[in-house]
Amino acid sequence: MKLLYFAWIRAKIGMAEEQVTLPPDVRNVGQLLDWLASRGGNYAAALKERSVVKVAVNQEYVAADHALQPGDEVALFPPVTGG
Amino acid sequence: MISIKVQSEDFDISAELAALSAGNTQIGGIASFTGLVRDIAGPMATASSMTLEHYPGMTEKQLSAIAREAMERWPLDACLIIHRFGRLMPGDRIVLVATASAHREAALSSCAFLIDWLKTKAPFWKLEDDGSEQRWVAAKDSDDEAAAKWAAETRSD
Repeated sequence: MKLLYFAWIRAKIGMAEEQVTLPPDVRNVGQLLDWLASRGGNYAAALKERSVVKVAVNQEYVAADHALQPGDEVALFPPVTGG
Repeated sequence: MISIKVQSEDFDISAELAALSAGNTQIGGIASFTGLVRDIAGPMATASSMTLEHYPGMTEKQLSAIAREAMERWPLDACLIIHRFGRLMPGDRIVLVATASAHREAALSSCAFLIDWLKTKAPFWKLEDDGSEQRWVAAKDSDDEAAAKWAAETRSD
């Protein structure tokens, strides 16, 4: 699965994207965030304020209970500030 | 007609507005909003800039979706959104939203709707640099409230 990070989440994690293989018990977006945060260090710091982390799967906004598929493109980013 | 452009280069407002109504004499009015980079450092600072990051692919998808929503909610003939990314300086144009319709009410309302929704849905992030430090711009509650107002108006219709 491809993970993309943007803005200060990218800066805190220290990379723009990575390829990951999820453990079998990580089935939805909320579980993915828990699993990433459990890696500690930069991940825990970037995902500390869980309520402000937005998630898009295949470029559509999704909620924490959204089920993940192996080929998904999952993006994590803070609230948007364009316009 | 929907036109979405995500680009680093500047745009020419009068050329864009002229193109929006070209060949369609049913259009009675065009409403537009242009967003500019505000100088955050103040007149005493030596340098100030803003860098806009975005999510290529999702940006175009989200902008197209909100433009389609506007076309469904108002009787529009054309709708244009141009949003820049990359490093911009105070006074630079960031965004242009324009809507064309037979009558002004549809054009003006849908233009306001588009910029309100764009601010809360389009995946752009601003990094401000006042010459001494860089800071990610925080999302404003007032932007969420402005966008939510349009959802509330739909429900009360």
